[in-house]
Amino acid sequence: MSPTTLLILLLGLSALAYYVGRRRAFAVAGGGAGIKHLHSRPVYYGALTAVWCGIPALLLFGFWLMFESSIITHLVVAVVNDIKNLVSGNIVSGEVDPVMQAAADHYRSLQATSTAALAVCAIALAIIGIVAVRAKIAPTLRARNVVEKVIKYILIACSTIAIFTTIGIVLSVLYEAIRFFKIIPVTEFLFGLQWSPQMAIRADQVGSSGAFGAVPVFLGTALISAIAMVVAVPVGLMSAIYLSEYANKKFRAAAKPLIEILAGVPTVVYGFFAALTVAPFIRDTGSHLGLGVSSESALAAGLVMGIMIIPFVSSLSDDFINAVPQSLRDGAYSLGATQSETIRQVILPAALPGIVGGVLLAVSRAIGETMIVVMAAGLAANLTVNPLKTVTTVTVQIVTLLVGDQEFDSPKTLAAFALGLLLFVVTLILNVIALHVVRKYREQYE
Amino acid sequence: MNNTENITPHSKKRPERTLDIVNRGLARRYRAEQRFRLYGLSAIIASLLFLSFLFISIFSNGYTTFQQTFIKLNVFFDPEHLHQESLATADYQGLVKRSLGSMFPDVKGRSDKRMLYGLVSSGASFQLRELVLKNADIIGKTQAVWVPADDDVDMLIKGHFDREAPEAERRIKDRQLAWIDQMESEGRIKKKFNRAFFTSGDSREPELAGIWGAVVGSFLTLVVTLILSFPIGVAAAVYLEEFASKNRWTDLIEVNINNLAAVPSIVFGLLGLAVFLNFFGLPRSAPIVGGLVLTLMTLPVIIIASRSALKSVPPSIREAALGVGASKMQMVAHHVIPLALPGMLTGTIIGMARALGETAPLLMIGMVAFIVDIPRGFTDPSTALPVQIFLWADSPERAFVERTSAAIIILLAFLITMNAAAVVLRKKFERRW
Repeated sequence: MSPTTLLILLLGLSALAYYVGRRRAFAVAGGGAGIKHLHSRPVYYGALTAVWCGIPALLLFGFWLMFESSIITHLVVAVVNDIKNLVSGNIVSGEVDPVMQAAADHYRSLQATSTAALAVCAIALAIIGIVAVRAKIAPTLRARNVVEKVIKYILIACSTIAIFTTIGIVLSVLYEAIRFFKIIPVTEFLFGLQWSPQMAIRADQVGSSGAFGAVPVFLGTALISAIAMVVAVPVGLMSAIYLSEYANKKFRAAAKPLIEILAGVPTVVYGFFAALTVAPFIRDTGSHLGLGVSSESALAAGLVMGIMIIPFVSSLSDDFINAVPQSLRDGAYSLGATQSETIRQVILPAALPGIVGGVLLAVSRAIGETMIVVMAAGLAANLTVNPLKTVTTVTVQIVTLLVGDQEFDSPKTLAAFALGLLLFVVTLILNVIALHVVRKYREQYE
Repeated sequence: MNNTENITPHSKKRPERTLDIVNRGLARRYRAEQRFRLYGLSAIIASLLFLSFLFISIFSNGYTTFQQTFIKLNVFFDPEHLHQESLATADYQGLVKRSLGSMFPDVKGRSDKRMLYGLVSSGASFQLRELVLKNADIIGKTQAVWVPADDDVDMLIKGHFDREAPEAERRIKDRQLAWIDQMESEGRIKKKFNRAFFTSGDSREPELAGIWGAVVGSFLTLVVTLILSFPIGVAAAVYLEEFASKNRWTDLIEVNINNLAAVPSIVFGLLGLAVFLNFFGLPRSAPIVGGLVLTLMTLPVIIIASRSALKSVPPSIREAALGVGASKMQMVAHHVIPLALPGMLTGTIIGMARALGETAPLLMIGMVAFIVDIPRGFTDPSTALPVQIFLWADSPERAFVERTSAAIIILLAFLITMNAAAVVLRKKFERRW
């Protein structure tokens, strides 16, 4: 029985359980007129039966599927080793095939056994649940309270998924990163000036030093993010100011959603735009001016990333500018300040903490942005701050190191997790600071 | 104020008042005001220009994909080469070659012939094979068949190649140009609606590559995401908003949710790779894994939107429900959630739209493979629409630039539809209390 069929069957059984429980409740109450003798409404007895039928079986189902594959692999590997030990003494290596065949058969039979066992166990559990609850149904059974308690636990479990996700991220990245740092010392990774993660397969290979000094990568990330912020902050902030202070209602209603479209465009589209249109344009302009611009320049990637971040900066700043109380504006106007003077000298300073928080969030987004740089920035880790040269970023390196075939024992693959750890930590710090600042600021005017 | 006192003693005739100083500076200040205003307006215009430039560049590159160049061949289905028992494996390539050869009988020599055969897509032989398999009666007859042209011919007809460029720099040589012109004058070259683009999977040949496989992959991934993230997100929001007391534990959950909303998407990809693929041993490149990763990514979005929807339900509703004897769970389930549902759905659609456009985490879990077949289930290897765009953007052929742009147009169309649905939903059910 395939897992999907089993799942559907279990859901069907739960529906049946609901029906059985509800009928039983009517029966013990002595028909429709006797309902008032029940503690809860009949649907709750049905729900209680369904809960005890479905939840244990579904939990078993979930855990079984999660661990089935690794346990079976474990068993098969043990068997394969047994067979290998047995044959290594007296059979030549040419006849390994039957052994493999036996192992494959064994794997298949184990899998079939496992699926069958799962089906039997889960269905048995479900039926036991139905029978047990049905027997217990009585007018004094507090079905509603139990059902509500179960639902509440389910709600709590759902809300903890956020925590488990964070723990999962930290553990998975940390585990591989620690393995990486066992091979390459942390200091070399953080302060080394040479990044070329291709490891030599043969000793005499050219250009395969396998250096893991990540400073050029950090610098490239910082450079591209800086260019993006130089574009996004002034444009985003000024458009937010115009929209919230100057524009009339009609203009605002039209322009704001249009700018927000920029935020809804997928990053892969920006990446394509940067690689196809912006980078050649910058290169050609540069060569007209007599500058040698690389076709994968940091400028192109940064510029397009800046465009992507504009709506992010502008909508956050818009919120904060609108949160400044009208009384501050009125005070400034009454002293004879022009509108721009009010904005520059009263509103912006008042909204500054919020805007700084928003900009920090934008920086964290720029650092973590992947597709634009993968498509428009280069792979070569140059130690430079010249925006016309090719640089690489943390996210580009993660993608190039992990896409394709991986072996989880080479430092090349593990390096991606070390970079991922760093990326996570840096963005985490930025986010926590920014969220804290924003929260404090919001409280100030509430 | 100080200035006034300093100045007054010097100008004895008419004592200068504050107002004069103000008036003197007024013109400058108004100019500054105008300038400032202009900066703001130009910032908006700049972002709108970026937007329109982006869209125009994508559309102008992409719209030509919806048409495809076809060449009309007079194919003689030669019974000598098509034997009843081996119809599926017969030499259809040869059939195409002979038809082309009969159109240009004076083409001799190996390299010339190869150039001639290169005008027609390698998909032509598959098309003929299907024709024969569907209807074996055509064997022995001659029939006119429109077959897709090679991508280079397609690009030439669509005007993306410069005819005047030196021959060495051209993908289409002089001789081929002459043949193409001759066929065009005979009405054998025509642009038709590009059905293959909407119905087939990926291919190495641009003229045969389609997005249907990627669309199906994206759809399966989003189904998994929706099934998991909507109930879990709503449940988490309901707990945090309606039941949780404010303590350290709920604070921790809240910080986590806000933070997860800002974690770079590629980190979720690393999580998926390490946990779902390596630890749980789920299949690589499968929509189910993609869906799981995107679920973790969209959950914060849905939770935050659902919470604000719950917050906007006025407390009087809750009090009224409790007042007539509902339990807290009944109050939430029967009264609060139905009222908050439109807001929750809007947030979910927006979260889904974001998940649809997401690429980076899918690269990490191997959905970036070259997959020709249309996926049929949640565990089949597949790609997704944005990943397909990424793959095509990497291909060197000129024709793939066009296809990439067209795929982007399709993706944007989906996104716009979803967002429009969210806006309509919000407009329709928005309630001011």
